[in-house]
Amino acid sequence: MRFFRDYLVPRIIQYIVVIFCGITAVFFIPRLTGQNPVLEMIAQIQSQGSTLDPTAVESLMETLKELYGLKGTLFQQYITTWKRVFALDFGPSFFQFPTPVSELLKTYLPWTIGLFATSTLISWILGNILGGIAGYFSRKNWSKIIDALIMIIRPIPHYIFGIIVLILFAYVWQLFPVGGMMLGRRTVLNWRFIMTILRYSFLPAMTLVILGGAVWFQQMKLLVQNVKREDYVQYAQTGGVKERFIIYRYVLRNAMLPQITQLALALGQVFSGVLIVEMVFSYPGIGLLLYRGVTRGDYNLVMGITVLSILTITTAVLILDLFYPLFDPRIRHK
Amino acid sequence: MGVLKDLFKDYRFAVGFILICFLSFLAVASFFSPYDPIEWLQVPRDKAPSWSIILGTNSKGQDVFWEATFAIRNSLIIALIAGLISRVIAVLVGFIAGYKGSIYDRVLMGITDGLLVIPLFLILVLVAMLLREALTLVSTGLLLAFFGWAWDARTIRSQVLSLREREFTLTSVLSGNGTLSLVSKEYLPLTIPLIFSTLINNIAWAIGMEIVLAILGLVSLDIPTLGTTLQWAINYQAMLLGHWWWILTPVILTILLLVALYWFSISVSEYLDPRMRIQRIGAK
Repeated sequence: MRFFRDYLVPRIIQYIVVIFCGITAVFFIPRLTGQNPVLEMIAQIQSQGSTLDPTAVESLMETLKELYGLKGTLFQQYITTWKRVFALDFGPSFFQFPTPVSELLKTYLPWTIGLFATSTLISWILGNILGGIAGYFSRKNWSKIIDALIMIIRPIPHYIFGIIVLILFAYVWQLFPVGGMMLGRRTVLNWRFIMTILRYSFLPAMTLVILGGAVWFQQMKLLVQNVKREDYVQYAQTGGVKERFIIYRYVLRNAMLPQITQLALALGQVFSGVLIVEMVFSYPGIGLLLYRGVTRGDYNLVMGITVLSILTITTAVLILDLFYPLFDPRIRHK
Repeated sequence: MGVLKDLFKDYRFAVGFILICFLSFLAVASFFSPYDPIEWLQVPRDKAPSWSIILGTNSKGQDVFWEATFAIRNSLIIALIAGLISRVIAVLVGFIAGYKGSIYDRVLMGITDGLLVIPLFLILVLVAMLLREALTLVSTGLLLAFFGWAWDARTIRSQVLSLREREFTLTSVLSGNGTLSLVSKEYLPLTIPLIFSTLINNIAWAIGMEIVLAILGLVSLDIPTLGTTLQWAINYQAMLLGHWWWILTPVILTILLLVALYWFSISVSEYLDPRMRIQRIGAK
């Protein structure tokens, strides 16, 4: 019961507060910029050559205000925003009028979550195990070579790394498609369908695994170098405990715990990386949708993507945090 | 001079330093460019690199080499504005939260953690989308500064937190030193290495972010930066048409710049942190 009171309840309150602040920020920040999407939209229509008479402009403005949730006082608008968030209703999309934004999100989100979950999991596990072993044997030559390689990869931003992978594996050696997997065809779960998914998601996943793995590798290497000097490890070494046993049971396990907390903290940034990589490879996820929405000035769509991403990430972090006691016996027994 | 000699023993510092000098030289060279960076059709289009035009020309009729010098300069300007201003915010938040503690700490770190958990990139895009036309060099830098301090404020805070527990803090307070003098004379020098390394990381982040904003078409595309140069190349299908010199120039320059900054910062912060220095000497 104490677990609930000391750990679960504060954590859930924090979850609610973060969502509240996030949505509030999404509501206020655009209003602080002093730009009016309605006027911009009308200017855009007029610049395309169509002339509108004043009454038409007036009614158009009303409709747009309704759609953007810009009707009434600031407080009323704020309430409307929350109502929309709970209903997951963000109005129609403009570039695929009249498809509702929520419909688009429903089609694209599973692809992003699939890529995000697999690549994050693989890069975290791979980066930590390799980093742990490289940290334990930090004086060996192969460890130094991997370290130097990681030192080059680590500072490269997602977009640039993605472009290089794309040029190498889709243009120079045409091993993989340039992108552009089509959605919306009937999705029958058969061998060919799975192969298609693998073919199109391999390069984006590889980019994310290498870039994410580099970060975990470096952090883990540093952690293990410190844990290695702890008394209990030295004691085990002197006591003649098998090296494999020391690495996996004593060193890695202890160094991995802070890495779970780090993962929870970094999840938002990791997610941003996924969106950027999706743009490079035209992978049919939220990132590509974002690209289309932004380049076509689809304010509703970008708004919807932002709100949905805030909900997804905060929930993912919450789940990760709630699972944490499973890994750390010290918290469980408190 | 002894310091530099020690630093140059680290290959990462040597490589980073030389690359940064080279790229700064390119950035300065932009002031002597024979071409206007914005005008189109100043040279024959789509020429492959040769001895007279070392990096070829692009489909807009511009010399790729001279465009690149402008791109480096402008990207560095954006990144420096973003890095320096977000440092001010991060240092203020980190110091106040770390030193004052209690309610200040809880409120400030609550905000910071909130900012960390939500995907800031999307809010950045949302704001950039509304500002769009207004995003020049300075305003892009300011926008990035506004979103780039949370992680570093957290790091600086934890450093201050540990400094506050050390004995010299108590000695200083009991000797009648004011908070301001304690913080500026005792803490700031000790946190400079950390602030410096977060600055370099932030500059790298800002350069990467600028590229994404440019790809999304959210910054003014007339001003050549690493991002906009890449955007034009992709827009004109440089990959498909085989104009590799056009697309690879911003890509390789970005990698050189970021690797150089990263190696430079790692070697300098290791040098400034004596514990790391001992470990390095010991490991050799």
